[in-house]
Amino acid sequence: MKKLINTPEDVVRESLQGMAAAHPDLLTVHFDPTYVVRADGVPDGKVGLLSGGGSGHEPMHNGFVGRGMLDAACPGEVFTSPTPDQMQAATEAIDAGAGVLHIVKNYTGDVMNFEMAEEMAESEGIDVRSVVIDDDVAVEDSTYTAGRRGVGGTVLIEKICGAAADKGYSLDDLEALCARCNDNVRSMGMALTSCTVPTAGEPTFDLGEDEMEIGIGIHGEPGRKRMEVEPADQVVERLMTPIVEDLPFKEGDDVILFVNSMGGTPLIEVYLAYRKAAELAEQHGLRVVRNLVGPYITSLEMAGLSITMMRADDDIVDLWDAPVHTPGMRWGA
Amino acid sequence: MPLTAPDLHAWIRAFADRVAEERAYLTKLDSAIGDGDHGQNMNRGLSHAVDQIDDDASMSDTMRTVAMALISKTGGASGPLYGTLFMDAGKTTAEHEELGTPEVAALFRAGLDGVQRRGKAEPNDKTMVDALLPAVEALEAAADNGTPLSEAIQQAADAAKKGMEATTPLEARKGRASYLGERSKGHQDPGATSTYYLLDAAATAWSDRA
Repeated sequence: MKKLINTPEDVVRESLQGMAAAHPDLLTVHFDPTYVVRADGVPDGKVGLLSGGGSGHEPMHNGFVGRGMLDAACPGEVFTSPTPDQMQAATEAIDAGAGVLHIVKNYTGDVMNFEMAEEMAESEGIDVRSVVIDDDVAVEDSTYTAGRRGVGGTVLIEKICGAAADKGYSLDDLEALCARCNDNVRSMGMALTSCTVPTAGEPTFDLGEDEMEIGIGIHGEPGRKRMEVEPADQVVERLMTPIVEDLPFKEGDDVILFVNSMGGTPLIEVYLAYRKAAELAEQHGLRVVRNLVGPYITSLEMAGLSITMMRADDDIVDLWDAPVHTPGMRWGA
Repeated sequence: MPLTAPDLHAWIRAFADRVAEERAYLTKLDSAIGDGDHGQNMNRGLSHAVDQIDDDASMSDTMRTVAMALISKTGGASGPLYGTLFMDAGKTTAEHEELGTPEVAALFRAGLDGVQRRGKAEPNDKTMVDALLPAVEALEAAADNGTPLSEAIQQAADAAKKGMEATTPLEARKGRASYLGERSKGHQDPGATSTYYLLDAAATAWSDRA
């Protein structure tokens, strides 16, 4: 294992200390229990927005804490769910009287830990709701599995819901908006290489020099198929077709198109892929009204990319355009 | 002699020791069908739990302490699952000074119910339930037959071992392993394996108890 770290056990803590040092104007990091919270406090009467999950997907979620997006995030160990005591402390910290919404990605550990945190917060008298994000179309069999995973859609949803909370949405309305966004977003990813969890020291899975995995999960979960590497345009088509067919997206739909690097794929390749994704969207009669390109939900140093598409009405586009100022995403502010 | 609080402490310490010894093996099992962190996570949670045990604490306080330690330090799915197991099992000890076979059967039954409530797994989903359920059934049968505890807990550990081994041919339907579908067959479930250690640790710690 070749990594720019000190010791594997200290990776998460030392990285959080770095975030705290770099962005004191935006966020504060608490340790034991560990959570990241916006530096300027949650305005009275605003619904608090919390997410969290295993580390290793930076900038998600810690990098989305600040103004106009998340109020707090709970980082777990690398690729391991955070624990209920973290979520409980963060929930209390951001409850400004209007309740707290938990945005949870659909992984067995995350869902169970957030469920326990919810039970704990409710016993403290805080109104907590949660929405589980499950946008990964790579999982075909949702009945006999843990269900579809939460992936790239989460990034768009955190931005949109953050803006809505700022606009004064009630907890009920925010929960409904979050669920509606989840219903209208689909994603799929692929990997060219594996990644190595620091404490494991070995690659999470083996992928041959000439192979790729189509439908990879953000922790290296297996996808739909393993095959020989193809030119980028064909790979993009392999991701876009199931995304379009699944919702399904229909001619005339306005969409937000998000092409994401898994961490190891450079922007030059991500833009090359975006070019083809936008072209395919147009061929399907879709109007790409907004886009996002870059590394936003990564899997350590994994090379590969994911594509996410959300059907967007005027409300969603307005919320997308609202000012945001976080370490990982910034415009209009 | 039935069980009292020090016997529960000895059991939890034996479980922690076993997981520490088998950490690499659990991780290897988990790397095959999960995300390779089961040994690491369980070891982190249990060593914290052992540090938190107060030798003078009652049975129910001990179980609650262990539950909270596991919930806050384990992470992943194992934290809530084992935490709920200890939390719910511990509640059954509140009204007893000491535990015989029927009380131990009730303790593990409550733990199993908690695990199923939290994880929503059914038998044969290739999870810890596949080791825990046969152990509970063995304990309940032993309680009905008036079997002394040392024998009953050994029968439960044997049943858990069989249940664990029987997970190998199953296709996973819960957790990260479920994404492998057919490819999850042929691997023993890591959660069922650590659950067997939980029962086997009890059999070791309570081998001279009635």
